Amino acid sequence: MEQIRVENLCFSYEEGTRTINDVSFMIEKGMYVTIIGHNGSGKSTMAKLLAGLLEAESGKIMICGTELNEENLSEIRKTIGIVFQNPDNQFIGSTVRDDIAFGLENHQIPQAEMDGIIEKYAEKVGMTKYLNSEPTHLSGGQKQRVAIAGVLAMRPQILIFDEATSMLDPQGKAEIKRVIRELHEERDLTIISITHDIEEVAESDYVLAMNAGTIALRGTPHEVFANEETIKAIRLELPYSTQVGKLLAKYGVNVKNHLTMKGLVGELCQLHSKM
Amino acid sequence: MPIAFKDVSHVYSAGTPYEYRALDHVDLEIQEGKMTAVVGQTGSGKSTLVQHLNALLLPTEGTVYILDRTIDANKKPKQLKSLRGDVGLVFQFPEYQLFEETVLKDTAFGPKNFGCTVEEAEKRAKQALQLTGIGPEYYERSPLELSGGQKRRVAIAGILAMDPRVLVLDEPTAGLDPAGTASMMKLFRRLNQELHKTVLIVTHDMEQVYRYCDEVIVVHDGKIRHQESSAEFFKDAHLCNEMGVLPPSLIRLEEMMREFGFAVPQGIVTEEQLAQWIAQEVKNHG
Repeated sequence: MEQIRVENLCFSYEEGTRTINDVSFMIEKGMYVTIIGHNGSGKSTMAKLLAGLLEAESGKIMICGTELNEENLSEIRKTIGIVFQNPDNQFIGSTVRDDIAFGLENHQIPQAEMDGIIEKYAEKVGMTKYLNSEPTHLSGGQKQRVAIAGVLAMRPQILIFDEATSMLDPQGKAEIKRVIRELHEERDLTIISITHDIEEVAESDYVLAMNAGTIALRGTPHEVFANEETIKAIRLELPYSTQVGKLLAKYGVNVKNHLTMKGLVGELCQLHSKM
Repeated sequence: MPIAFKDVSHVYSAGTPYEYRALDHVDLEIQEGKMTAVVGQTGSGKSTLVQHLNALLLPTEGTVYILDRTIDANKKPKQLKSLRGDVGLVFQFPEYQLFEETVLKDTAFGPKNFGCTVEEAEKRAKQALQLTGIGPEYYERSPLELSGGQKRRVAIAGILAMDPRVLVLDEPTAGLDPAGTASMMKLFRRLNQELHKTVLIVTHDMEQVYRYCDEVIVVHDGKIRHQESSAEFFKDAHLCNEMGVLPPSLIRLEEMMREFGFAVPQGIVTEEQLAQWIAQEVKNHG
């Protein structure tokens, strides 16, 4: 089922330079899509357009078959949640509980229902123990998990992560990636993640690689990373296993294109045992 | 005189319920002219440690020796200004601290503040901007209009314009894309090798430590857990695993191959060498 359709979308911050230049794509419900691209390629702008935080210059965005426009903006926004990069800029409440409650209060959810909802989503992101903690006592990863819970509590259909792991330490990154993976396994949500993390990209269903406001490559991670020249031309890196695979080929060992280390080592094992 | 910590402790909010010992009897010597990584988990004390290097934090116990200065706990430090000219500290996300109207003014702020004439300050600022790859076309632009990566380069140029002997950077590549990270690390390597600056980098990114740093200092629970050469530290994955950080890709790949029964020898330090070894192995068995 089609969830998002973008047609000929254009956007400029200043006249004459298009940050998004005639972009079209379609995303199905329940998909986990990653958007990659170097800094300045337009990927965060794309996320803000999808979330209705910026208004397109031309072209259209259809969410569940409805075209996003000024009249239905606030209605459609309810179906989309977004988690930003900086964990400190999105913590509003004085405790974890208050922070998750913030959106619910804005939507006038009765107090009796609210506690149950808060606990449900705190549990989903593994923050039940911290419901009464203040933000100063939380790590970056924990704050981001609270941000995710707050967004999930609004029951969105689409969840956008705008470089949500890039300011976190390795442990925090791993925590958020685990939450994303678990949400994806439930298949209820369409997930769009803007990321530089190639290991995360390898786990996604579909990849949009952006460059200069356009989509330079699209497809499954395997399809996208098979275009070595384009990947390099748009200043992205090949997955580590692919890079090693190419070195192996140079020395006469031909392996398939692997996106993960496990895949590569697996094939090397087979080669080894055959001999 | 190198940089040394002798029995240094730092206690925040001493005597209150929030008392917290961030550094706990640290003894440490950092060699001049090297590029050193300071690693450790969030909350381990590594930011507290590096903030002692330009006396932004003072030891609550012990003594810090920096270049030719001595900073003792409980003694009012002298020559602070000249110390801060010699040791440049770049905070995490320094781009949030840009404030002047133009890129050039922002970069020249430091040297001007240290008594340079406007002319001299701008000359230094231009040199620093050139080093960090910010061209003259940006001089008159507002720093706030630049991209995240460019802003960070301007912020680092602001410190370089003071021509410090020691450059301390707290997570300088956090949030940058892979291309931005690589060019930033190459810049630090150049400052170290060509301009002979002592460089200290606080980071979580073992890939960069492995590739660019000479020495590794591991901070854990306010203590120095390890200090060794990068080659020794990354001999295998066990020190990384012990610290709970992800080892560099090459080390992870070698470890995974060993788990699957390959007898990968020690001492393979590049992907090229590993590929050659695998090819040889395949040939021998073939």
